[in-house]
Amino acid sequence: MNASAAPDWRDQIFEVLQDHDVKQVYHVPDAGHGRLIEACQRSNAIRTLALTTEEEGIPLAAGAWLGGQRSVLLMQSSGVGNTINLMGMPKTLRFPFLTLITMRGDWGEFNSWQYPMGQATPKVLEAMGVLVYSVETAAEVKATVDAAARSAFNGGQSVAVLLRQKLIGIKNFGKK
Amino acid sequence: MSANTLKATLQRRPLVKKILEGADDNLLVIAGLGSSNWDITEAGDRPLNMPLWGSMGAPVGMGLGLALAQPTKRVLVITGDGDMLMSLGSLATVASQQPDNLAIVVLDNEKFGETGNQATHTSPRNNGPTDSGAGTDLAMIARGCGIADTATVREASEVAQLVKDVRTKTGPVFRLVKVMVEKLEFVMPPQDGAHLKDRFRQALLGHP
Repeated sequence: MNASAAPDWRDQIFEVLQDHDVKQVYHVPDAGHGRLIEACQRSNAIRTLALTTEEEGIPLAAGAWLGGQRSVLLMQSSGVGNTINLMGMPKTLRFPFLTLITMRGDWGEFNSWQYPMGQATPKVLEAMGVLVYSVETAAEVKATVDAAARSAFNGGQSVAVLLRQKLIGIKNFGKK
Repeated sequence: MSANTLKATLQRRPLVKKILEGADDNLLVIAGLGSSNWDITEAGDRPLNMPLWGSMGAPVGMGLGLALAQPTKRVLVITGDGDMLMSLGSLATVASQQPDNLAIVVLDNEKFGETGNQATHTSPRNNGPTDSGAGTDLAMIARGCGIADTATVREASEVAQLVKDVRTKTGPVFRLVKVMVEKLEFVMPPQDGAHLKDRFRQALLGHP
């Protein structure tokens, strides 16, 4: 990769989260979000919480908002199903909710177990009233995450950004 | 005789009333759906109460997010055994953050009260074909998750210390309180979630 090229899109997401004054970041371990998670962990301005399951991120976001803080949930598409019941909370309490989702089972995926939840991810999110934005190229990441954060924190919506597998790269596990 | 076969003697409503006595602007309260919601509401509905009408499994996570956002306030989560069983992992996440302003009280009547008093996993094993649980000890689970300050309360003589601990002791504090199975009046707070959230933020932050 050319070192003088545009900044890494994961670093750009970190900048956007800072610009929007996000104070709490929830995540499960994830390769796609790895670099962003580490940037958040190193930040003194952000509290980073590892979760036991993605579902925990929704009540945490509700509590943070009750206390006047903005948050974001970082997860993989494989964890989206774990959140669906509590995804009703942002609707019922009407608080802003932002989640950034790295996609699996999406584009050239080798692991058949990832396809059902990966393919259902936009549909189940939309069924729960979540606005779904999608990014396939690095050049669109910053503007899309920024727009999502505005829709959430200014517009009071639940918003998910799908970071497509075409953007993240296909996980090979050593296979060619 | 194992601890789990002891008969509970504490009544939840007077207990919760004592826990919340003299609640001021420094005390932020989240209650789980069903009985715990009605309990805190009978003690006195107030803007800094966030009683849930749904979202089972959410109170501990909400309490943690709130405690981290408001480190100078005391955050108290009051919920039941059925609700707590649905989000055991959240106790490990609390332990990972060690919020010194968070206390969790689980009112354990060993039943799913809202659906007809079916046994939860905290009910004893071998308690008959329709009323058996697993003897699950939620205080031991909390400790195993990494919350060092945990205890189980069963006696009226322990209540004063319980109240002091959950209101003032350095957190995270976890208290399992064994309470009686009772048929109690529903004492309902406002139901609209957006209203409950807005009045809470108005009282805490000065804006909705």
